[in-house]
Amino acid sequence: MAKTLEGLYYSKSHEYVKVDGEYGYVGITDYAQQQLGGVVYVDMPETGDEVTAGEEFGAVESVKAASDLISPVSGEVEEVNADLEDNPGNVNKDPYGSWIIKVKLSDKAELSSLMNADDYKKYEESLG
Amino acid sequence: MDENANKRTCLYDRHVAQGAQISAFGGFDMPMWYSTIIEEHNAVRNRCGVFDVSHMGEVLVTGKDAERYVQHIFTGDISQKAPGQIEYGMMLYPDGGVVDDLLVYVEARDRYFIVINAANIDKDYQWMKDNSEGFDVIVDNQSNYYGQLAVQGPESEAVMGEVLSLKVAELKFYTFRTIDTEGETIIVSRTGYTGEDGFEIYGSHEYIIKTWDKLMASGRVTPCGLGCRDTLRFEVGLPLYGDELSKDITPLEAGLGFFVKVDKPEFIGRDAIVRQKSEGLKRKIVGLELQDKAIPRHGYEVVADGKVVGHITTGYRSISTGKSVAMAMVDAPYFALGTEVEVNIHKKPHKAVVTKKKFYNKNYKK
Repeated sequence: MAKTLEGLYYSKSHEYVKVDGEYGYVGITDYAQQQLGGVVYVDMPETGDEVTAGEEFGAVESVKAASDLISPVSGEVEEVNADLEDNPGNVNKDPYGSWIIKVKLSDKAELSSLMNADDYKKYEESLG
Repeated sequence: MDENANKRTCLYDRHVAQGAQISAFGGFDMPMWYSTIIEEHNAVRNRCGVFDVSHMGEVLVTGKDAERYVQHIFTGDISQKAPGQIEYGMMLYPDGGVVDDLLVYVEARDRYFIVINAANIDKDYQWMKDNSEGFDVIVDNQSNYYGQLAVQGPESEAVMGEVLSLKVAELKFYTFRTIDTEGETIIVSRTGYTGEDGFEIYGSHEYIIKTWDKLMASGRVTPCGLGCRDTLRFEVGLPLYGDELSKDITPLEAGLGFFVKVDKPEFIGRDAIVRQKSEGLKRKIVGLELQDKAIPRHGYEVVADGKVVGHITTGYRSISTGKSVAMAMVDAPYFALGTEVEVNIHKKPHKAVVTKKKFYNKNYKK
């Protein structure tokens, strides 16, 4: 059973946002990492790039396949998790600890269109 | 049953019970992995892995004209091969494109056992029948009778002897023998598709199921899915029909000219290959090594001098070496060794250099 964390915001494409003041930490959910299997590479944007809610900003890749990352929020990339360059498997071991990008949120109202933990859990169950 | 549903091998229920991730391949629902591709890949490189490859097709050619017929449809030369030997090669269209790549097992001068790719069984069988006119031969598709296992890795010889009691230590690379056991005749060859020493076993569904169960119960082998079969064959530069070979790619372009014996006076596609040899290649499949960790994948563009000069046919982060490498079809003159090109990955260019298309050394026991 995939884990969810209270207090995070979730997207239908299985990214989460952990909000800390003006910033949002974006990663992939436990469900997503289970579906993907062993992550061998995370394709990340660069610091200073702009990401837009609903648009692709990188990819997480297993041996077999690349899966696009869709940003749940808009804003400027403040920091990328450089640790994932050498340890991409951390996305599997600790998905909620292994955020991928830190975004300076340009429109916090976007968060209201995302799911809370309970709704995301129901959404996961609906996918079987 | 739905006519469009994928076929299943005789081991399908085993795969499901063993928790395999199942996906479609070549018209079959096949196991992709049981644990992870990486674990299974390493099991074959270091110990012994077993694959269900019962999806592969088998066609038996018999008759007075069998040798002359096989020479006509096949790029290899079996005239000098003794019974018990195996020849790899292709069947070609008249324009030099590839119908399929295949193994021909020479059983006798009038009897050839031919192994073909799952996705091509119907097409190949039709092609073989269509081109048998004027030859006194019987072309028999036996794909539904045979199941097939591949036992691969440095410990495979020991496993074959100690777990299956099959006496195969004397078998040389690319040879086979038939063995009468449990009321049937099975075929065992020292072949595979992993770059490691190994064996392939052909038998009835009943025999294959029993053999699978024995291997699993022994604790000596790792069940392996098609996921690592692809990473293993890729690392040692072996082609996959659909990626490196197709009706639109000639064996010369694929770098497999060695397996097209143009010294033979006649076979389908020979003229086209001779012509292409004299005219020179306009494009060729080469290796690429990326300078960073991004992963090139099938279909991604290869770019040089501001234009698209090719595309990736297969690419991975090599499990054995950790490098991001690919096979790619690249236009002249960019296919020369050492040429610097770029691969577009997720809309960004990544630097790469043209290499040989072998990223890991084969460990065959010859």
